[in-house]
Amino acid sequence: MKEAINTQSIGKKLMSYKKHPGSFLLLLLVLASAVLTVGVLLYLIAYILIHGVPYLTPDLFAPEYNSDNVSLVPALVNTIFMTVLALLIAVPLGIGAAIYLAEYAKRGNRLVRLIRLMAETLQGIPSIIYGLFGMLFFVTALKIGYSLLAGAATLAIMVLPVVMRTTEEALLSVPDMYREGSFGLGAGKLRTVFRVVLPSAIPGILSGVILATGRIVGETAALIYTAGTAPQIAGSLFDSGRTLAVHMYSLSREGLHVNQSYATAVVLLVIVLIMNSLSSIIARKVASKNQ
Amino acid sequence: MQKKEKVMEILFLATACVSVVAVALICIFLFANGLPAMFKIGISDFILGTKWKPGNDKFGIFPMILGSIYVTAGSVLIGVPVGILMAVFMARFCPAKLHSILKPVVDLLAGIPSIVYGFFGLVVIVPFVREHFKGNGNSILTASILLGIMILPTIIGVSESALRAVPQNYYEGALALGATHERSVFTVVLPAAKSTVMAAVILGIGRAIGETMAVMMVAGNQARLATSIFKGVRTLTANIVIEMGYASGLHREALIATGVVLFIFILIINISFSILKQRNEVS
Repeated sequence: MKEAINTQSIGKKLMSYKKHPGSFLLLLLVLASAVLTVGVLLYLIAYILIHGVPYLTPDLFAPEYNSDNVSLVPALVNTIFMTVLALLIAVPLGIGAAIYLAEYAKRGNRLVRLIRLMAETLQGIPSIIYGLFGMLFFVTALKIGYSLLAGAATLAIMVLPVVMRTTEEALLSVPDMYREGSFGLGAGKLRTVFRVVLPSAIPGILSGVILATGRIVGETAALIYTAGTAPQIAGSLFDSGRTLAVHMYSLSREGLHVNQSYATAVVLLVIVLIMNSLSSIIARKVASKNQ
Repeated sequence: MQKKEKVMEILFLATACVSVVAVALICIFLFANGLPAMFKIGISDFILGTKWKPGNDKFGIFPMILGSIYVTAGSVLIGVPVGILMAVFMARFCPAKLHSILKPVVDLLAGIPSIVYGFFGLVVIVPFVREHFKGNGNSILTASILLGIMILPTIIGVSESALRAVPQNYYEGALALGATHERSVFTVVLPAAKSTVMAAVILGIGRAIGETMAVMMVAGNQARLATSIFKGVRTLTANIVIEMGYASGLHREALIATGVVLFIFILIINISFSILKQRNEVS
């Protein structure tokens, strides 16, 4: 069989490493780290699933929490409330900010540089600092108390830079032709932004929102001292309520309900898996549209 | 019509300023609530004091500062080599088909909540360290391994895009000079991406030092100077979460001051990250 130029059989390739043992060692190291990374993830998921799935009992999904069934339903409901509330605050702010940065601001403006720097700073702040701030500001200074609202406001600030950045990227990837066409038809700036630019940026914005949702669902440290750890469904915005991640923290800290902790971890993992696949599906759609 | 345009532009500007206001508020509230306690305790007694005994009004956070530094250094030792090699694999070794599988894998690693990592550490890594090394398993080593895993996606993501940004002709030039594929990648492409890879490491350090729940669940949390990597430590972050629930008075203020110290660490890390990034954009 004739070989094409520039291709080698695996055997020949391996033989060629005989002359370059250093290269072979590097290849092995690179392969090993790839196997290690994938292996760790698979092991973690498999371990949690194997130990958790058998304990996904009806008890765990009882509508009311008590210390016997340690039901996760109230925490799940609180998580949904918390996510919706935090997104209601963060998404309009983030989109507005991104519209300003992408459509209105002049490039190199000092204010714009400051805004970008601050958004980057927010992104680097660890969640425990957000938790401390939320406790000092929302819970104590504004006198909201441990509540859904205080937790959601804290999380909203935490995910704001995520929404801002992804939205800005999505807006910037909308071709200028669209804007020029809209202006050419006599539309004003505002109309152009809302009718032409934003609709074509929706998939990108959506993937940012999903990313933010993932962070909200998984957050613990920022919530313990803002939303509190009450195991019941929060009756109002001003009631304390633990989310699923906080619920899992309480369970695993007590150490009495290890099996239920595994099961709760399974539910958390499933939510994260769904979020991740949604965002990668959307990202793929955006990529294929741009080509 | 004109008026509406103007109003909306101002509204957009206002939303854009929210992040500036947020950072300002965070600084003001942390410093206003934390600094007085620091002065009351005495700055050197607070930062360099080695005894943390809230019952006896002894508030020295030096063991916690060292604890944070130890586990962060450990996680860098474990996470950075693996992360960079994995980034090299994804950018220069693996076929496109495999890449479309690996990318979601790395994203998933980034998406798993820290409480799940912590639990995994508690039920898997702690017993492993207890059986195969010394001590009871809740140790610097355990926390370092867990954090090393947790900072992987940060390091892989940033380093991979840095490696991809290196012009292809660098690599081809090296090949043409007779270097093997591996040698070209490691002696030409990787050095060309050096400063962004450094930025990735700094970002990873920021994640590691700020991680709370996962570290708290595996590090043992003893507020004393650790004598070996098989002993437990308490980090700055863990100190806040563990004691804030029941603290009051000066104790509570000292915990907020702990947050201030952590915040200053993070600001230093953030600033060095943006300086490195800016230097890249210039070059």
